[in-house]
Amino acid sequence: MSTELLVFVFLAAAAITTAVAMVLQRNAVMSAISLIGNFFCLAGLYLLLRAQLLAVLEVAVYAGAIMVLVVFVIMLLNLGDEEKLAERYGIRTLLAAGAVVLFGVEVVYLVMGTKITSGILPGHPDAAVIGTVESVGMALFTRFLLPLQATGMLLLAAVIGALILAKKRTN
Amino acid sequence: MSVPLPYYLGLSAVLFAIGVIGVLTRRNVIVVFMSIELMLNSVNLTLVAYSSFLGDVSGQALVFFVMAVAAAEAAVGLALVIALFRNKQTVNIDQINILKW
Repeated sequence: MSTELLVFVFLAAAAITTAVAMVLQRNAVMSAISLIGNFFCLAGLYLLLRAQLLAVLEVAVYAGAIMVLVVFVIMLLNLGDEEKLAERYGIRTLLAAGAVVLFGVEVVYLVMGTKITSGILPGHPDAAVIGTVESVGMALFTRFLLPLQATGMLLLAAVIGALILAKKRTN
Repeated sequence: MSVPLPYYLGLSAVLFAIGVIGVLTRRNVIVVFMSIELMLNSVNLTLVAYSSFLGDVSGQALVFFVMAVAAAEAAVGLALVIALFRNKQTVNIDQINILKW
């Protein structure tokens, strides 16, 4: 067992554990903390895949910006006593279990059928070049220039929308 | 190369399934929101894995856009949660049914 596989197994186990903890926690703040741990595990997996830029962005954007917003909203709504929120486990749980089993079968079928033999593999020296700021930035500002500009408009619209939605009605 | 591609795809599938379970079973709207973030992340992992294994940077550019959309979604979604909480005094999605008839 190589070191890389060992690191992968550790990170994967941690990612699954934190994800399960996120769903099972009764307290919303504990859920948020578990999810932050999950994001750090995913950042580690991105590093294992030689995607340096995305590993940094994962921590900065997800674990930083988005989760701060979530924790801030939890604090703002003061959900301390929501732990006894009525959690029903009826038909929906059955539905969820069914969907997940179906999904699992499909995924196992697809994963077993995946055979990639061409291209650059992560061990290859060229693979380290793909995830750098330079190479991703070059793709973003040439091939994906229009989607990049559209993303800017989307973020502007989201900022305005969030302000209007969260603003108190004055009339 | 020491970690095969199906390992990453399998992990991503497991994370996505956990996110689906969270959305379908939890009643706290903020936890449902966080489960959606988890699903977005599992798809990101698939994209990065394929991008890395195929030696193509497009997958990572796509993950960049997914992150931007997730940030926009977080801002608008949480603003909606605040607006809903102001009107209904609850985050239980069973009690937020004004769009049902």
